[in-house]
Amino acid sequence: MEFSDLIRTGRAQAKLLRGPEAPPLRGTLCLTGHHLLLSPGPQATSELWLLLLRSVDSIEKRVASDSGTITLRCKDLRVLQLEIEGVEASLDIARSIEALSSLESVITSFPFFYRPKGLRLGDAWHFHPPERYYKRVARETNAWRLSEVNEDFSVCPSYPRAVIVPRSVDDGALARSARFRQGGRFPVLSYHHAPSGTVLVRSSQPLTGPQKRRCAEDEELLRAVLAGARPGARGFIVDTRSSQAAKQARMTGGGTEAKTAYPGWKRLHRPLERGQPLQESFVRLVEACGDPQQSTDSWLCRLEGCCWLAHVKEALSTACLAAQGMEREGACILVHGAEGTDSTLLVTSLAQLILDPLSRTMAGFQELVEREWIQAGHPFQLRCAHSAFSHARPKHEAPTFLLFLDCVWQLGRQFPLSLEFGEGLLLALFEHAYASPFGTFLCNSEKERCLCEVRTRTHSLWSGLNQPKEQRKLRNPLYAPNPLAIWPSVELQSLRLWQASLSVLLLLRPISALDPPT
Amino acid sequence: MEHIRTTKVEQVKLLDRFSTSNKSLTGTLYLTATHLLFIDSHQKETWILHHHIALVEKLALTTSGCPLVIQCKNFRIVHFIVPRERDCHDIYNSLLQLSKQAKYEDLYAFSYNPKQNDSERLRGWQLIDLAEEYKRMGVPNSNWQLSDANREYKICETYPRELYVPRIASKPIIVGSSKFRSKGRFPVLSYYHEHKEAAICRCSQPLSGFSARCLEDEHLLQAISKANPVNRYMYVMDTRPKHRMQSWWATQKDIGRIIVRISSKIWNDEKIRESDEKKRLNAMANRAAGKGYENEDNYSNIRFQFVGIENIHVMRSSLQKLLEVNGTKGLSVSDFYSGLESSGWLRHIKAVMDAAIFLAKAITVESASVLVHCSDGWDRTSQVCSLGSLLLDSYYRTIKGFMVLIEKDWISFGHKFSERCGHLDGDPKEVSPVFTQFLECVWHLTEQFPQAFEFNEAFLLQIHEHIHSCQFGNFLGNCQKEREELKLKEKTYSLWPFLLDDQKKYLNPLYTSKSPKFTVLEPNTVSFNFKFWRNMYHQFDRTLHPRQSVFNIITNMNEQNKQLEKDIKDLESVRFRVLKIHSVGILSWMKF
Repeated sequence: MEFSDLIRTGRAQAKLLRGPEAPPLRGTLCLTGHHLLLSPGPQATSELWLLLLRSVDSIEKRVASDSGTITLRCKDLRVLQLEIEGVEASLDIARSIEALSSLESVITSFPFFYRPKGLRLGDAWHFHPPERYYKRVARETNAWRLSEVNEDFSVCPSYPRAVIVPRSVDDGALARSARFRQGGRFPVLSYHHAPSGTVLVRSSQPLTGPQKRRCAEDEELLRAVLAGARPGARGFIVDTRSSQAAKQARMTGGGTEAKTAYPGWKRLHRPLERGQPLQESFVRLVEACGDPQQSTDSWLCRLEGCCWLAHVKEALSTACLAAQGMEREGACILVHGAEGTDSTLLVTSLAQLILDPLSRTMAGFQELVEREWIQAGHPFQLRCAHSAFSHARPKHEAPTFLLFLDCVWQLGRQFPLSLEFGEGLLLALFEHAYASPFGTFLCNSEKERCLCEVRTRTHSLWSGLNQPKEQRKLRNPLYAPNPLAIWPSVELQSLRLWQASLSVLLLLRPISALDPPT
Repeated sequence: MEHIRTTKVEQVKLLDRFSTSNKSLTGTLYLTATHLLFIDSHQKETWILHHHIALVEKLALTTSGCPLVIQCKNFRIVHFIVPRERDCHDIYNSLLQLSKQAKYEDLYAFSYNPKQNDSERLRGWQLIDLAEEYKRMGVPNSNWQLSDANREYKICETYPRELYVPRIASKPIIVGSSKFRSKGRFPVLSYYHEHKEAAICRCSQPLSGFSARCLEDEHLLQAISKANPVNRYMYVMDTRPKHRMQSWWATQKDIGRIIVRISSKIWNDEKIRESDEKKRLNAMANRAAGKGYENEDNYSNIRFQFVGIENIHVMRSSLQKLLEVNGTKGLSVSDFYSGLESSGWLRHIKAVMDAAIFLAKAITVESASVLVHCSDGWDRTSQVCSLGSLLLDSYYRTIKGFMVLIEKDWISFGHKFSERCGHLDGDPKEVSPVFTQFLECVWHLTEQFPQAFEFNEAFLLQIHEHIHSCQFGNFLGNCQKEREELKLKEKTYSLWPFLLDDQKKYLNPLYTSKSPKFTVLEPNTVSFNFKFWRNMYHQFDRTLHPRQSVFNIITNMNEQNKQLEKDIKDLESVRFRVLKIHSVGILSWMKF
């Protein structure tokens, strides 16, 4: 397939409308396989304006007598209006954008063509391999080992090649435990909390099913987790579903750990919203923000109706619960929901941020995102296929990662000196998770990334962000290392809407030109 | 002291109302003549001024003791558990007596002694000089002059002695106009914008009735409009909202007929915009009742504008609802936001802000003078005039300027602090958070313009603390006349010098003082920008606050910078001196 087949008209005269404050930008509109460009003519080439087509979430076209207006709503919530000369041209361009922005193939996406100046391919890909984190764990305890049982992704397709497991459990047992867990996601180490000698472990739900099956190796694995921790440690299983939902899951082959089979472990249910309801909440939030004329009452009513802050509160308080269990009670924590790729990661990553001062540094946070989201198998491609504006019927979309970023922002607001990075990094991650010239957020798992050769053929977002020029914008100038755990207040009076992520809708953030490709 | 039966109770528990684990502190409770003091086992002291107590409640006896809940006017809520019921009862009764004083002379200010001598006290009172302030504004000038009409408080008791009026307004006109206005509060100058030559004036509502006219009042308004050489048109802002027409119709059936006739006459007038219809109809209703708004036909060059700020009763119950909502522990998201919405508090804040923005725009964009009034001209009018001036003049955004603004538009022009803040035992229906709303509007401005204000949030909170504390004389009494009768300047102290002494605490480290005098603030009033002011309503609930303060660290950095700069200077001067000695040495050697 050639991009040129999809481009009906590549060029037109157009005007970019930039809201009431800024004058419209006139120029020649060009459509390429991956970009929409607006070049304002030979005099002012510096003001070249550019949009990655993949970030277009929905297109709206309106035609007048001799021109057409298309409104592009982007996945990072920007809204752009273009006035294009010629009805035919404008319709053609709109159709071409529609076709190009909905291409599903990974290997023809822009990251495979993006070759920025100053970066070498493969620079930062081995920045955060599992081995690196294991080295840190091994310095703190010798109860855990790095297992390569998943070397060829056959045991668990959504796990990375190497995972950290209790030393006393061999690879055969791991493989059998994997068969007992949904998607093969057997319990692996997420974080070792050295001060209390406890660990945070994550997995997917056990496949107990209606017959309440058991698995000796899985039980042994969890026993080994407790044995490797500080002596006398208890364990808590934080299930991110309600107990009702967990029971219901049994009918479809899932379920939850039986009390008798796992002595020393106590189960807690903390229901977190996921999947479609979360996506709908996001859509409603964005809708509510799109109307600046509404009265204070209707705004508060819609803010309440969308429940977004309720999800923020729940996510933070569950993470606090997990962190508290480790730090205050000296217990080991196992977190899982159903698949263990969404709300599970939300809880484990937030709990680490609360407890671990290292994860609050610029490098540490990148490592956390890489380890706990990307390598841990959060299906970015499915979850971020569409954002809040899309009219397509939602299938697997859910803004779980955005919810994570929002929670981090809330932490940063309550502890403004404790995070080395600022809001800029969170906004950049939000933008790049949905559409990016970098390959970091491509695909759903390490296995897919290997098949597509993402590592060797695309650039890493981290090397892009870690250039000195970018770093200046992303750092928190007030940062002072804080060796303590940061316990956020989850009372509603302390939470606030993350305005910057929605600010384009609130007409507060000016549209900035992206870097032109080279 | 006769009200105090128990002065000390031991083993009292203090509960934290937002703590998840029902933590409590055990300590000793002391009752003094002015304060309730709790000292916990870590020797941490919690002082509660009796005047701050809004409500004391004794709850049903529990196994651990007798719960005593105290709600304060500064939104502190403390929950004690007193082991013995008799002690609890004694304290409860004492607090009931002590928190409600009948006479001004019993208030804390009259016994408060900060160890200053009389000349220091007097200097404190002279810190804010309103005559100086009018000079700063640029009056008197060729259009505005000082009137001595109210020198003896003969025309209006609630106005100050010194009032500025248009130069062409003679004394008979002023006297005539004052008779036509509620409580004699005739139109006077509140703020003069030197650059645009436009003025903010304030007054109370006219007692116009149906057909009554007052030529003197019309003359005075003409004089105000003529005092503006740039724009002869002026605005009259009625800050009251549309009322619930149905209920009004029910009570006023007789006049209804006439109203319909008059309103239909007005509707035919093409000048009237549709959106104003209801508001006008409401004003018509007010007029029928003998009080109301100016009949447009009788005043030329005048445009009338209605802005809907609700009355003190609506505001009081709105705050009540807000406090009920946010006082709940473990609040769910929907409870919080639906509670916030149904309280209407943020809507009211926005209404005040919108009115002030209209006022500021009329002056900056059209250079038109504006006359603001509500009913009696001391609640909503004070809010709108002071906030409007704050938007227009950057001086009021400094620490000293903000004091001047409060002194001018709230204290001197007469705001019923005594009733609104419940200083004395009185009608609970007269209590209303009018001044609190003003402070909250200012806070919203500081949030939107973090560099525009010299002061920080703590300054606003401290002022709020003291409007209720009755510790200083500034906010006692309802008007200047009353204050003179109370001899406040001889018997009490002024708050402002104490705030200035502590200035360091109230400085905004982000403030840029370079902005010229007339930098207008144009706040964005889309609904998203109105937020719940946690630090006001949960000031004492430590667990809800951010754990680290950006302001403190920036302030510290600024100070360090200053210290380093000073060090550099010192070192340079040392180097210079050394060089000089050297050269002198060389010179003397050469001479030698």
